[in-house]
Amino acid sequence: MLRVLQTLFGLLAVAFLMLPILAILPLAFTSSVFLTYPIPSWSLRWFEELATADAWRMSIVNSLIVGAGATVLSTLLGTLAALGLRGRVLPLAGVFRTLFLLPMVVPAVVLGVGMQIFLARLGLGSSYTGVILAHTVLCVPFVVVSVSASLQGIDPTVERAAMSLGAPPATVFRLVTLPLALPGVVSGAVFAFATSLDEVVITLFVAGPNQRTLARQMFSSIRENISPTVAAAALLLIVGTLCLAGLAALLRRRDKRLIAASAP
Amino acid sequence: MQPFIQFESVSKAFGPLTVVDNLDLGIAKGEFLSLLGPSGSGKTTILMMLAGFERPTSGTIHLGGKRIDHLPPHRRQMGVVFQNYALFPHMTVAENVAFPLRMQRLPRAEIDRRVERALDMVRLGALKDRRPSQLSGGQQQRVALTRALVFEPDVILMDEPLGALDKQLREHMQIEIRDLHRRLGLTIVFVTHDQTEALTMSDRIGVFNAGRIEQLDAPHAVYDTPRSRFVAQFIGETNLMEGRVAALEDATATVIVEGLPLRVRRTDGLALGQEVSLSLRPERIRLGADSVGGNLLPVTISDCVYHGDHMRVQLASGPLGLVARCERLAGDWAVGTPVTAGFDPADLTVLAR
Repeated sequence: MLRVLQTLFGLLAVAFLMLPILAILPLAFTSSVFLTYPIPSWSLRWFEELATADAWRMSIVNSLIVGAGATVLSTLLGTLAALGLRGRVLPLAGVFRTLFLLPMVVPAVVLGVGMQIFLARLGLGSSYTGVILAHTVLCVPFVVVSVSASLQGIDPTVERAAMSLGAPPATVFRLVTLPLALPGVVSGAVFAFATSLDEVVITLFVAGPNQRTLARQMFSSIRENISPTVAAAALLLIVGTLCLAGLAALLRRRDKRLIAASAP
Repeated sequence: MQPFIQFESVSKAFGPLTVVDNLDLGIAKGEFLSLLGPSGSGKTTILMMLAGFERPTSGTIHLGGKRIDHLPPHRRQMGVVFQNYALFPHMTVAENVAFPLRMQRLPRAEIDRRVERALDMVRLGALKDRRPSQLSGGQQQRVALTRALVFEPDVILMDEPLGALDKQLREHMQIEIRDLHRRLGLTIVFVTHDQTEALTMSDRIGVFNAGRIEQLDAPHAVYDTPRSRFVAQFIGETNLMEGRVAALEDATATVIVEGLPLRVRRTDGLALGQEVSLSLRPERIRLGADSVGGNLLPVTISDCVYHGDHMRVQLASGPLGLVARCERLAGDWAVGTPVTAGFDPADLTVLAR
């Protein structure tokens, strides 16, 4: 009886989370110009619109540019931060860690306003560099968390063993620490990319018309004319994110296996 | 002659805590030295200073006449075997063993040749493409050992390498390590808290307590003539008795323990009236018809436990309690039976108090 209730509750929770997404997706394939049910007949015209209309096409390209830039930058910075915070050798390491994670909890509007002023002062307002930098700030915490978890799983005696076998510090990092932390780095990068992909608020503040990202374009298209292109774009985002999340989960599983193996 | 490894007045403190206190220690080339002590006695810290993972707070360490205490670990040419093996989980067995050779930038062909030879030596050739996670604990330890040996380091350091193995495997590995030591003429520094392991494997044992060497001697000397109460109690089982020197003769002395006069061998520096401790190993006590020797005590049996190959017999003589270990009992002795316990003056080790 309890089992049945548990299963039922679980299903309800999943439904609560998934239904809004499931409700919008079929509309991507509607032939109607309205984003409403019932669907008169099936069509791919909105995907065609995505691929051909300049505003949409450009926004997809922009999202990829900004996403790639922010991912590379935040993965690099986040990994370095996680390495620096490792082992608590740094004084005030706890304070630094909190600071690095702050962008996760600070309201996006606050960050957005601050960044708009800051980037304008630097002469980076309405530029790709500016948007990439702003997104990087938002993505770094995900990388720090993911890489830190990965580093924590590395047995320090393994690195000591490498040193005693003749490896100088840089080589220990290259041949032992980095390969063992790699799954964390990759899954951090995936999170970073996904975060950049669906970021709207900060983009609203710092991006000019030329840096309009897909999420930003969806947002304004909903305000201006609710066309089913939004649903098609949403499907694109969801499928892309799911693929990346699947990849991250796969890597984490491999990571866990390796780490379970290194502890006797 | 200058020893191969020389610690000179080495101290190590972590904050206010002194872990190693003014250590002087020489280790000869080809020696198997065990560092034995309870946890927190500083033995592992000594090993870590030798490997280069810790720096002495003061003092110097020399290896083959060269000062090494300021060198980073990768320039010390020491093979270290850790308790948890510390194999590289993302590399195969062969890659693990090849690692130190790669660090020496040897040609690929030579690396392959030496890895193969080394793995065959420990009968792991068939497993060379496995990951460490696919090996048993004993196999992992053999890989770790091979990896530490393959680059022919000056010294092998082992930090409780057998602690995680079960008893049977541990004894097997003890034999294997001793055999390697003898065959390759290795210099081995072996940290353990297992006294049996230290007694069976070492050329010499350093017994540590609270950051200091209590005794540095061959295994039989550490066991037969412990130099302090700590050593007597830490290594093997012993009967410790407190007494006072009552008489000095030519070769012997008499110590009064709980009102009983016991004859001991006279040692230098023994003075009349001095308070001393006596250590007596249980297996040195002989009972009943077997009892011979300079000391004969009337005792009663207060307990008798069967251990298969021997009996542990609790004896009482007034307030004095003793434990004896007998291979067999001459006769049927129930609890409460009065018997005679005998032991030689030479078997009583006199310890200063």
